[in-house]
Amino acid sequence: MNVKQFSNVALLIVLPIFLFLMIFPTLVHAATGSGSFKKDTEIQISFGAPVDETWANDPANYRVFQKTDPDIEIPVTSITLSPRKTSAVLTFGEALNLSSEYEVQAKNVTSDGKVLGNVEFLVKKSEGQILFTIFLGAMLINNFVFTKYLGLCIFFGVSQKKETAIGMGITFTIVMVLSAVMCWALLTFVLQPLHLGFLQIIVFIGTVAIFVQAVDTILRKVNPYLFKKLGVFLVLIVTNCIILAVPLINADSGNGPFESLTLGLGAGLGFALALFLMSCVREKLELCRVPAMFKGLPIAFVVAGVFALSFLGFSGFSIF
Amino acid sequence: MSSNLKLIWNGLIPENPIFRLALSMCPAVAVTTSVENGLMLGLAVVFVQVFSSCTVSIFKSFIHPRIRIPAYVIVIALWVTVIDMILPVISPDVYKKVELFVKLIVVFAIIISRLELFASKEPLIPSFFDGLGMGFGFLFGLCLIGAIREFFGTGQLFGYDILGFNPLLIMVLPAGGFFVIGFIMAIFNWFEYKITGKIPTSGGAH
Repeated sequence: MNVKQFSNVALLIVLPIFLFLMIFPTLVHAATGSGSFKKDTEIQISFGAPVDETWANDPANYRVFQKTDPDIEIPVTSITLSPRKTSAVLTFGEALNLSSEYEVQAKNVTSDGKVLGNVEFLVKKSEGQILFTIFLGAMLINNFVFTKYLGLCIFFGVSQKKETAIGMGITFTIVMVLSAVMCWALLTFVLQPLHLGFLQIIVFIGTVAIFVQAVDTILRKVNPYLFKKLGVFLVLIVTNCIILAVPLINADSGNGPFESLTLGLGAGLGFALALFLMSCVREKLELCRVPAMFKGLPIAFVVAGVFALSFLGFSGFSIF
Repeated sequence: MSSNLKLIWNGLIPENPIFRLALSMCPAVAVTTSVENGLMLGLAVVFVQVFSSCTVSIFKSFIHPRIRIPAYVIVIALWVTVIDMILPVISPDVYKKVELFVKLIVVFAIIISRLELFASKEPLIPSFFDGLGMGFGFLFGLCLIGAIREFFGTGQLFGYDILGFNPLLIMVLPAGGFFVIGFIMAIFNWFEYKITGKIPTSGGAH
């Protein structure tokens, strides 16, 4: 089994897991959502029956607030009723925080002159959307190599040849995903109940080191050929900053298991992408006439700078 | 004594961790948007390098060679945890900017490579000075990059306005750090070429 076949197999394993993760939370939460964000200043709600236009266009009939603090009301600036009068779009003066939950209370909903009573709508992003945002953020928008400058040692070390770059990228992604989940579990079930939060650095790096050692030992027995291909990279992974930064970021922002996994996957794939791009350029650089004092690492740094500039184009990029 | 001074000089210029050995590049690009950040992280690295060099040098006969890497990592993690508790007391607002990287000192390649190459073989006193030299070399590199980026990016030094305008805003952006390091490395290579007459083969592999 060569590296290319291995990469195909790894892709076949990772993709279904990821797709399942994207869809599964959406299925669970689909029943409760009755309103949705349209842009970051708009909320769409549907009433289920045609409502009176004069009632619907009065902003005083709506009360909108964040679920966490019900005391702070957000003023509605304008309302657009759909042609069939069954749904309305509320527009707000200020931008909403799309990662939190909002509640919309409609007072005395009237339909054909009859008062139907109060209706409440819960508006939030679905779990799948949040995960996808985290994934894209870690992979492209805040690429760990080009905008957070993590993992540079390995990035410059193994990006000389395309084949080693691909091998390293895949190994790293797998170790990253698994160790992100393991560190989350350790933090939630061991460190936090025992109030040992200050030990997280030691525990996380210990976990990663033990995990890498375990993979190394298992792979040596189970698949010696693959071990020969990837053995060196496995040991190098322990000194990669990203492998420690992702659990620390997860712990800081209080991410759950799915979020931790997605951040790990995004970081791993982003690193693999950066390695692959860089190795393509560096293979060509070998044949170019570079000034003698720029040979080797200095020109690689300048190339990385150009890449970082182009990755700046992703900033502010969002789908939902 | 002169051999100890030589060890410090060796870490400062001929084997500068950032520009000559090309180890631990991540913080060198990431936190150096101002001199102050660079100084803070540099001091933290000096502390961790010196103390973990001394610790490993004292306990080297107790560490079994086969488990030396995990043992070194644990020693470094111990001293990082200590400095991570001291820094927020000294300067809370600068600490906030470099917090993630202070925690990441654990995985800085320069520290573990000095433990492996030097402190695990030499007695306590030379290990202390080697740690000091490498730490100061790192500090010097961070401050140099930080000064260049802050001066050209925002026209300031240590937060004081000098030019009053922003000459090259790209210097404080992510890309600027890569460019500055690339050019300083090239200048170091040029000096070596002038002094020794040989075309240098620059940089370690990682």
